[in-house]
Amino acid sequence: MSFYGVDLASRLLLGTARYPSPKLLAEAIKASGAEVVTVSLRREAGPERGGQSFWSIIRSLGVRVLPNTAGCHSVKEAVTTAHMAREMFDTRWIKLEVIRDDETLQPDVFGLVEAARVLGEEGFEVFPYTTEDLAVADRLVEVGCKVLMPWGAPIGSARGLNNVYGLKALRAHFPEIPLVVDAGLGVPSHAAAAMELGYDAVLLNTAVAEAGDPVAMAKAFALAIDAGRMAFAAKPLEPRDMAVPSTPVLGKASLGD
Amino acid sequence: MRIFVNGDQAEIEPGTLALALTTLGYGGKKVATAVNGRFVPAPARPATELSDGDKIEVVAPMQGG
Repeated sequence: MSFYGVDLASRLLLGTARYPSPKLLAEAIKASGAEVVTVSLRREAGPERGGQSFWSIIRSLGVRVLPNTAGCHSVKEAVTTAHMAREMFDTRWIKLEVIRDDETLQPDVFGLVEAARVLGEEGFEVFPYTTEDLAVADRLVEVGCKVLMPWGAPIGSARGLNNVYGLKALRAHFPEIPLVVDAGLGVPSHAAAAMELGYDAVLLNTAVAEAGDPVAMAKAFALAIDAGRMAFAAKPLEPRDMAVPSTPVLGKASLGD
Repeated sequence: MRIFVNGDQAEIEPGTLALALTTLGYGGKKVATAVNGRFVPAPARPATELSDGDKIEVVAPMQGG
């Protein structure tokens, strides 16, 4: 699997927020096998300068970072944040979020397409956090996105894949574009289900960070993602309405009356 | 002069953004900056003169999803 020409072995992208401690964050990242972690930019406040110690942890793990524009509600905010992130993290990658609704954190897909266009023209490699809407995805590809990240469900909701039909349609429509289910997953079976649909990767945060044992949960998700991917490659059965006997009928002994 | 740093008022001597960052304890730190909503790249900080009432944002790497 590759994103913008960068080959990756792990199909799990992990968020770095909401862990009980920096130590558990570091251990969970290691246990997950993730090669890409998401980070943000926030005001550096207080005498302790918390951002500096966070950054030294991430750097020590040797993982690639995908900075986000979380919390941005306008194209201008998102584009400015992307500029700051590019300088800060020395990367052209940006997880582009333009949020419309504060209850569901539903993306403003109109602002998203516009911000993706602006950033694409400036040489950014955009990972848009979007919905499963096919027409929006098409617009994003049109303005230069070479990865799409539709939500499974609202961020942090742990609901899993709310619209399997929509996600399948997206996969069928974009066979060559890397697709990442981003957000809303709760348990490893949700991730396995996404991979069984043929998705290329999964981006998680809260499901791992807020689990009772984040390190074990990180490992569990990694295993589920591998299993799901293997199952997809092995071509799973399509569901059928009627039973199909697995034991051969031919040759059954005649024992009735 | 009075400026706003991450939403809080601060009194500093007139000068550049680079000088203000040093005065405010951000010298040598991994931060990115904006003045009045516009990104100011690190190399441009020494040439960016601040004015009374400017709103400065100083951000750092943080946890994110």
